[in-house]
Amino acid sequence: MIDLVIPAIVSCIIAFFVVFVTIPPLIKFLEKRNMAVKDMNKKEDIMVVRPGGPSIILGIIVSEIVLYGFLQLNEILAIIITTTAAFAIGYVDDRKVMGGWFKPVTLAFAAIPIILFGVYDTDLAFPLFGEVQIPALYLGLIILMIPITGNTINSIDVLNGVASGFMVIASFSLSICLFIVQNYEIAIVSLPLGFVSLAFYKYHKIPSRIFPGDSGALTLGAMYGSIAIVGGVEIIAAVALLPAVINSFLFLSSVKKIVEHRQIKGKPVEHTEDFKLKSTVDITAPVTLVRLILTGGPLTEKQVGIVIFKLALFSGILAIITAFLMGVRI
Amino acid sequence: MRKGLYSFLFGMWILMILGGGIVVTILGPIEITGYGDANWVISSIIKAITAIILVVIWILILLKMKNWIFKKQIQS
Repeated sequence: MIDLVIPAIVSCIIAFFVVFVTIPPLIKFLEKRNMAVKDMNKKEDIMVVRPGGPSIILGIIVSEIVLYGFLQLNEILAIIITTTAAFAIGYVDDRKVMGGWFKPVTLAFAAIPIILFGVYDTDLAFPLFGEVQIPALYLGLIILMIPITGNTINSIDVLNGVASGFMVIASFSLSICLFIVQNYEIAIVSLPLGFVSLAFYKYHKIPSRIFPGDSGALTLGAMYGSIAIVGGVEIIAAVALLPAVINSFLFLSSVKKIVEHRQIKGKPVEHTEDFKLKSTVDITAPVTLVRLILTGGPLTEKQVGIVIFKLALFSGILAIITAFLMGVRI
Repeated sequence: MRKGLYSFLFGMWILMILGGGIVVTILGPIEITGYGDANWVISSIIKAITAIILVVIWILILLKMKNWIFKKQIQS
């Protein structure tokens, strides 16, 4: 445990500062190329550059390679390759509008390195009840997990700072859980995800100076899913991600098919005169987490973000309780 | 409404834990013998079908729970 302290500190510092230092030049680069979109939740015509994915993936790759130098774990290589593949898929979607099925299908292929490296345990662990051995079924779970976590984080990237802030809370909760279940090496491997998200949040928080884009959101989500698999904490990871899972669940159960957000015609949220967000009464619009939050009355973008962060903290606490329950048998 | 969201989160968590118990109890003991090398494949197929059925039931319960919690919140 003690010999993991130095790799942990070094990789966390690198993860944070690579993103923190590379974002300003990336913003200038994207501004020069006019790669900006309108911030829909601002009264004025504010353009925000995207994608921030390149800085995020750089921070992850550099910090994880440093960790590989210390730990020599195949798990790290699998995480790097899967996460990089997810970044590439997101970057294609950032540059060219792809169909609703593009990301789920291609992200399933991104999970293959985890299988090829054999860095998974086919025993699925549940709190209180123990483990169940599902060798063939588990391969299907790996293939499903990366598209689910990637798209789930992407679907919550709707307001300034929400995706990165949510990821800070969820990933640090997951790291704490990995320490609780005494999977120290993967806990250390997971820490850069939180620090990369934290550094990106500095520029993504309201008012955003850069958006992560699909490349950034899928990178964060895919890395989270990879850590859950190689760390053997799939259930705990799902619990920490519950608010985003609810968002996807509400969206899918109201739309009843897999579509891109931009293909939806009905608007779930509109603006009041003072530009607060309010829920619409449009029955054709999808039900989303933000829409449900706003049924209590109009809120500012910042207030909605705070509600989502509180929900993330709540599910983070539930995830930590779940981690403790892993050691309890009934 | 926010109280409803926390209730829904908590309900989902409880369903996950209970669902885990059902998975361990039902899927764990499934073992097929008498088919030689095909034992593993047959038991995997049965486990997969059972798991899919459990997930579908889980989603249906979740949908019911969502409607119940949020309708109650809207009415109040």
